[in-house]
Amino acid sequence: MNLTLRVWRQKNAGDPGRMVEYPATGIIPDMSFLEMLDVVNEGLIAKGEEPIAFDSDCREGICGTCSLVINGIAHGGQRGTTCCQLHMRFFKDGDVITIEPWRAKGFPVLRDLVTDRGAFDRIVQSGGFISVNTGGTPDANALPVSKVDSDRAMDAAACIGCGACVAACKNASAMLFVAAKVSHLAQLPQGKVERTQRVTNMVKQMDVEGFGNCTVTGSCEAVCPKEISLDFIAQMNREYGRAILKGTK
Amino acid sequence: MNITNVFASSIGKKFLMAITGLALFIFVALHMVGNLQVFLGPESINRYGAFLQGNLELIWPARIGLLVLVLLHIWAAVKLSAENRAARPQPYVKHEIVAASYASRTMLMSGLIIAAFIVYHLLHFTVQVPAVNLVGQTKLLPTGSFAALEDAKGRHDIFAMMVLGFQRPLVSVFYIIAMALLFMHLSHGLSAMFQSLGLKSPTYGPLIARFAVIASWLIFLGYVSIPIAILLGYGSKYVEALK
Ligand code: FES
Repeated sequence: MNLTLRVWRQKNAGDPGRMVEYPATGIIPDMSFLEMLDVVNEGLIAKGEEPIAFDSDCREGICGTCSLVINGIAHGGQRGTTCCQLHMRFFKDGDVITIEPWRAKGFPVLRDLVTDRGAFDRIVQSGGFISVNTGGTPDANALPVSKVDSDRAMDAAACIGCGACVAACKNASAMLFVAAKVSHLAQLPQGKVERTQRVTNMVKQMDVEGFGNCTVTGSCEAVCPKEISLDFIAQMNREYGRAILKGTK
Repeated sequence: MNITNVFASSIGKKFLMAITGLALFIFVALHMVGNLQVFLGPESINRYGAFLQGNLELIWPARIGLLVLVLLHIWAAVKLSAENRAARPQPYVKHEIVAASYASRTMLMSGLIIAAFIVYHLLHFTVQVPAVNLVGQTKLLPTGSFAALEDAKGRHDIFAMMVLGFQRPLVSVFYIIAMALLFMHLSHGLSAMFQSLGLKSPTYGPLIARFAVIASWLIFLGYVSIPIAILLGYGSKYVEALK
């Protein structure tokens, strides 16, 4: 396959950045999108040019590190797929492919296609955990959890925190991410203990980071590689309403 | 965090948006049912009008309440939209719209145009400013204002006002366009409202979606049926007789 890439190049956070065109030749359809970029980068290095910087880690769709907006769609538009699991057979020979980083105030671009997603870490640090004293492993059935609850908690816990929800949202809202974390823990007995303070702190941190507000367009859910449901945002809102009525610090 | 947080936080403002939206939707639905009495003839709608206008102790608190609701709804919308815009300082070079419906992306615009329509609508039928009704001065309306219309029992003739008002095609077309925008606004807003209030769940989601579609269609059809019926000749005999 021979393709034309239009890639966002930006030296550093201060650089205004621009789109640069690169040919991608001799691409095998079975390559993943990131492997295709590796091939292009090898060519650039051979020519003595600066390779295209992009994030990746596991390359098997489970870590949430890869983060590319491909042809205007976060992760490229294959349902339930991260861009590291998107394969070149998804494209046609001769295609022109645009590649951009996530764009949001909360995710400043560090270089080319790499953004700083520390905002998500800070949101999780503000409450996306349960406080338990260390000690012996608890007995497996000491805390009963219904099948329905554990399934729903698992659905929310599937979030890999890649930030595609923010990237796709017209408001750069992080509510699907925060909702997944809040709902996951609020569903389970271990997490219920701190549910009120958790949602208070996490939403506060989300606002501080400068993410936008949900207008229920559903774009986030559509691009989410883990297909996290919009229903979790309703659950977070419910948790938040409860916290307002109870009153928290 | 306490209840004042509805003015400060992101989700708080969404609550404000949803609650004021719900209250305004209820008003819009009741107002439509009230208006539809025009199809029961002059006696019904004129009696209804006289009842409302005769209860100043009720109508003014209602008006002030509605004004507060509208202002809060608009304030939250403008504030949230400004934050949304600030959240993406640099736009995408190429952006593909995924899943987001046209109505969901244009809520601010449809809302602001509806707000402009409401101002016109109040000038037209409530304040009865002659300049906006496009009827001109006639024997029936010596000053051009609908305020001069009186029925046989000495009540304000709402029936004649509605017929004369909507007989002007331009007025009716503007009204129908505004109702189409209201339809769009509600088609997204009614389900988003449940989502914002946290009332949506896998069980209730489908029911809420159906409610939003049916309710926005009923509101649209209910409202536009009046100007359309009048343009097709409804009530013209009654006004001819007055002249
Ligand atoms: S690199 Fe880990 S999910 Fe793509």
